[in-house]
Amino acid sequence: MSDMDEMDDGSGVVKKFMFLNRKAPHGTVYALEGLEVVLITAAFDQDVSMVFTDDGVYQLMKGVDTKGIEVKDFSKTYRALEGYDIEKLYVDQVSLDARGLTEDDLIVDVTVLSVDEMANLMAEQDVVISF
Amino acid sequence: MQFGILVNEGPYNHEASDSAYLFARTAIEKGHKVPRIFFYHDGVNNSTRMAEPPQDDRNVTARWSKLAEEHGIDLVVCVAAALRRGIKDELLAPGFRISGLGQLVEMGIQYDRLVTFGD
Repeated sequence: MSDMDEMDDGSGVVKKFMFLNRKAPHGTVYALEGLEVVLITAAFDQDVSMVFTDDGVYQLMKGVDTKGIEVKDFSKTYRALEGYDIEKLYVDQVSLDARGLTEDDLIVDVTVLSVDEMANLMAEQDVVISF
Repeated sequence: MQFGILVNEGPYNHEASDSAYLFARTAIEKGHKVPRIFFYHDGVNNSTRMAEPPQDDRNVTARWSKLAEEHGIDLVVCVAAALRRGIKDELLAPGFRISGLGQLVEMGIQYDRLVTFGD
């Protein structure tokens, strides 16, 4: 059975879904399995935003090499998001600063937001799912 | 109000599943509807009837089955997350079924609120 077979819920309703990525890409499975939900939501033609905050900013960091820990490197998926019409990627400025990172350290184009801007964006959403 | 519930942690190791259960039960008691609960990540481990906790502890899985039976709740376990963790149809407790992530997205689209219980 494929998730792609049941993409249409028949309602034609488009809601604003925000996916809040708070965890490092490796160490737990949240980032990897969370991406699956993001892709399926886009397949349902919903209005998808992704936010990277706390250790979640490491999900977008350049130069990740997972050979040493012998797990799948799924960082390419973030580069492919555009192909699924997922173009609203937001990163928390405070989280970048706290880890000594800048936009230049990231593998995709993002919009960096202040805490207040992030709060406003969240308030606009219909559904916020946190991984 | 219609609530969709997402459970992202397995039983016992984390409190998320207990909190989700208490939330669902209370919402129903207060007259709200909980048509579906979706189990993802290690949350799929809530669904196995093979679990046998000690007699003096709560049985998380049995408790979900009972709530589902009493109130007609659809307990959906993500197929990909389940297969990764060895959860198959023949292991499911009453009231649980395995399906795709589309069932989770549908809750977000159709219900008034989607509430996540995780770590």
